[in-house]
Amino acid sequence: MNALGLLRDVKELKRLKSELKKEKREKFVSVCGDTGCSVWDSKKVDEVFRRVLEEKGLSEEIPVKSTGCLGFCECGPVVIVFPEEIFYQKVNEEDVEEIVEETVVKGKVVERLLYHDPREDKKIVKASDIPFYKKQVRNLLGDNWLIDPGSIVDYFSREGYAAAAKAFTEMSPEEVINEIKEARLRGRGGAGFPTGVKWEECFTKNVENKYIICNADEGDPGAFMDRSILEGNPHSVLEGMMIGGYATGSNHGIVYIREEYPTALEKVKNAILKARETGMLGENILNSGFDFDITVSVGAGAFVCGETSALVNSIEGKVGEPRQKPPHLAEKGLYGKPTVVNNVETLANVPRIIRWGAEEFARAGSKNSGGTKIFSLVGKIRNTGLVEVPLGLPLREIIYEIGGGIKGGGHLKAVQTGGPSGGCLPGYMLDIPTDFEELDAAGSMMGSGGMIVMDYGTCMVEFSRYFLSFLSGESCGKCFSCREGIYRMLEIVEEVAAGTATLSHLDLLEELGEMVKNTTMCGLGKTSANPVLSTLKFFKGEYLAHIMENRCPAGVCRALVTVFINQELCSGCGVCRKKCPEEAITGEKKEPHYIEKALCSKCGICIESCPEEAITRA
Amino acid sequence: MVILFGFTLNGFEVLAWENMSILEVAGFYGIEIPTLCFMEGLSPYGGCRLCLVEVGPVGKSRLVTSCTYPAREGIEVRTHSQKVLQQRRMLLELYVAACPSSKWLQDLASKHHVTEVRFKPKGEECILCGRCVRMCREQMMGEAIGYVDRGTQRRITTPFDKKSEDCRLCGGCMYVCPVCQLRCQGPKEESTLCSSCLNLYPPCAEKFEEVMCYMDPCAACELEKG
Repeated sequence: MNALGLLRDVKELKRLKSELKKEKREKFVSVCGDTGCSVWDSKKVDEVFRRVLEEKGLSEEIPVKSTGCLGFCECGPVVIVFPEEIFYQKVNEEDVEEIVEETVVKGKVVERLLYHDPREDKKIVKASDIPFYKKQVRNLLGDNWLIDPGSIVDYFSREGYAAAAKAFTEMSPEEVINEIKEARLRGRGGAGFPTGVKWEECFTKNVENKYIICNADEGDPGAFMDRSILEGNPHSVLEGMMIGGYATGSNHGIVYIREEYPTALEKVKNAILKARETGMLGENILNSGFDFDITVSVGAGAFVCGETSALVNSIEGKVGEPRQKPPHLAEKGLYGKPTVVNNVETLANVPRIIRWGAEEFARAGSKNSGGTKIFSLVGKIRNTGLVEVPLGLPLREIIYEIGGGIKGGGHLKAVQTGGPSGGCLPGYMLDIPTDFEELDAAGSMMGSGGMIVMDYGTCMVEFSRYFLSFLSGESCGKCFSCREGIYRMLEIVEEVAAGTATLSHLDLLEELGEMVKNTTMCGLGKTSANPVLSTLKFFKGEYLAHIMENRCPAGVCRALVTVFINQELCSGCGVCRKKCPEEAITGEKKEPHYIEKALCSKCGICIESCPEEAITRA
Repeated sequence: MVILFGFTLNGFEVLAWENMSILEVAGFYGIEIPTLCFMEGLSPYGGCRLCLVEVGPVGKSRLVTSCTYPAREGIEVRTHSQKVLQQRRMLLELYVAACPSSKWLQDLASKHHVTEVRFKPKGEECILCGRCVRMCREQMMGEAIGYVDRGTQRRITTPFDKKSEDCRLCGGCMYVCPVCQLRCQGPKEESTLCSSCLNLYPPCAEKFEEVMCYMDPCAACELEKG
């Protein structure tokens, strides 16, 4: 297959696909090139792979693919050798030669690099046999293994743009909307609004120049689902937008992406260029008479610009502040025209619905919402990474079966879903299904899919303090209730953490939370009290311990804990004395040391440095 | 052609025209809703949240700002329900705590029976209602001031905190400010000192080196310089 030409109609697309099928290479090596693995130098691993294969004269035969996120970030850098799907974890440069020699050439497995399952105590060869992957339904992320995001050919060979071709030539916009409705697809950005209804609203407006916008302004701390889709499979999002454009009658798509995602930005821009070159974007796409083009708009990275109307303001060059609704964006959106804003993950689902049909798509999922949802599983969990599960799967299965349980063998205290606007749920509520309504009813929310797991080393007061300080900086500041409400809540929570609060502060905190929830304009403001309200609901005892007993049960809040050296365990090595930034530790050589309380800032450096584990905080 | 339609306001059937906000309709029927950032002649902003009303049937209602919410046929609006009054009082308490020196806010709070402030007084001089910004842009065609930064850092200032070329020293911004309008009447001639604010501590002296209330020269600033 040489350079791709312009594909003029569906026949040419089909011919290209059958050619690709014939030429399909079974053997290749996927090296994760995404952020998580890059931190562990996966770029170098990738380079060495290419060099070694080149040296052996295999580079033509066995291509190396620098892929998007493979999901299992805990084991990075991850390398998967196809067609056997051999999963190697924590690969470094020195291992590459061996992998090429043994696995690629001889077809043998390098035992020491395999994933070790701690539960069954055995090594696992095949990626899809690893429990982390086995329980997932990887509709969206599955292709990340097989696709080089920089190559449109790879996407074509995975049924790419077949859905767009089908929609443009065989279906009417109404049929597309009906299919989306029947698939029960709901917005993955947080609110969970039915996508089909949103599109229909825009479709029924008889106006020229409508817009469809892809919201890639992922701002939740600890969430990276959208980034991984854009970096791993950008064409699937573009195809979703094209279909959305066709269904809503819009000819102009805009990807709003935050500047903090330089790799995703580059990959999306590159994908748009490739799509234009092959005629997937432009005028009269595949001879269907439908024109569509996509441009990129770069945001300056404000959390509030994830709110759809603030996002639209930002694209217009105005200050990123939410607009008053009504009028809704479908009536009066970007530049006053009907506009649809969809999340990255929502759009990536669209081609699959059209290709598979609504029924097949909705087979995975719950009663109210079909399909899968990607969660970024982070915190005190053994298997950190991206997991994709059918909607409605109980939290317990995600955390214990896919996530592998709590890191370090501790116990689960709480799990927070939905990012800063979400709430946290205690351990006994783990059996509720991950569904929009169920999570809302429990006092948390689905949000965009962040999932932070906490064990008993996490202080819930500190937890709400962290999110309040995040939100106080990220609130747009327009509504007095949100700006001032968060500031005052933070003030109170800081007092609780310092041990100077009184019981009446707790009532005030709750009152403030309710006020922020009720009186603020946009969705982000309304939910900004959730971390406080949910911790007050489920972990009031911890607040009370801070206030009444001046004690932090988790040993986190600095004002309420003391650091001391166990005199029986201390060997007098002096490491802590040298490391202490406050020079608060004194003691003779080989004699037990002690900490001067007045000088100690409780930073915890001594705890980490002590080889005898003699220093504790309580 | 004017289209009239009806909706329920505090249990009564009322009529409204298209493009009327709930605040306007309520005002027409003699129902007083407190406002702060709203001002006739300026576009509604919805930032102060004081003009909250409850929209929707009981149990499914939500609170919206009446200055920006358009009256629509068949909606159910309550301007003084328990829910509204409770939140309004909380807001006023926060206002007084943020800006204790403002007579306007104190009067408003006492009118709504806010008798206790449970927060530490902040002593801020600006509540970011944005009247001055809209006055400057919409009535004076100046666009000399705007918002900077976000969240708790948000403030109103001239570009780069420098004296603005677009500022014509009209004083419109001060005239509409609910917090400082009684403070300073603006400069007279370029070289004279207006002296109106001599008895007050200049709020912006710390923030601006050369600008006071976006105007220059100002008595207070001249005093600060010594």
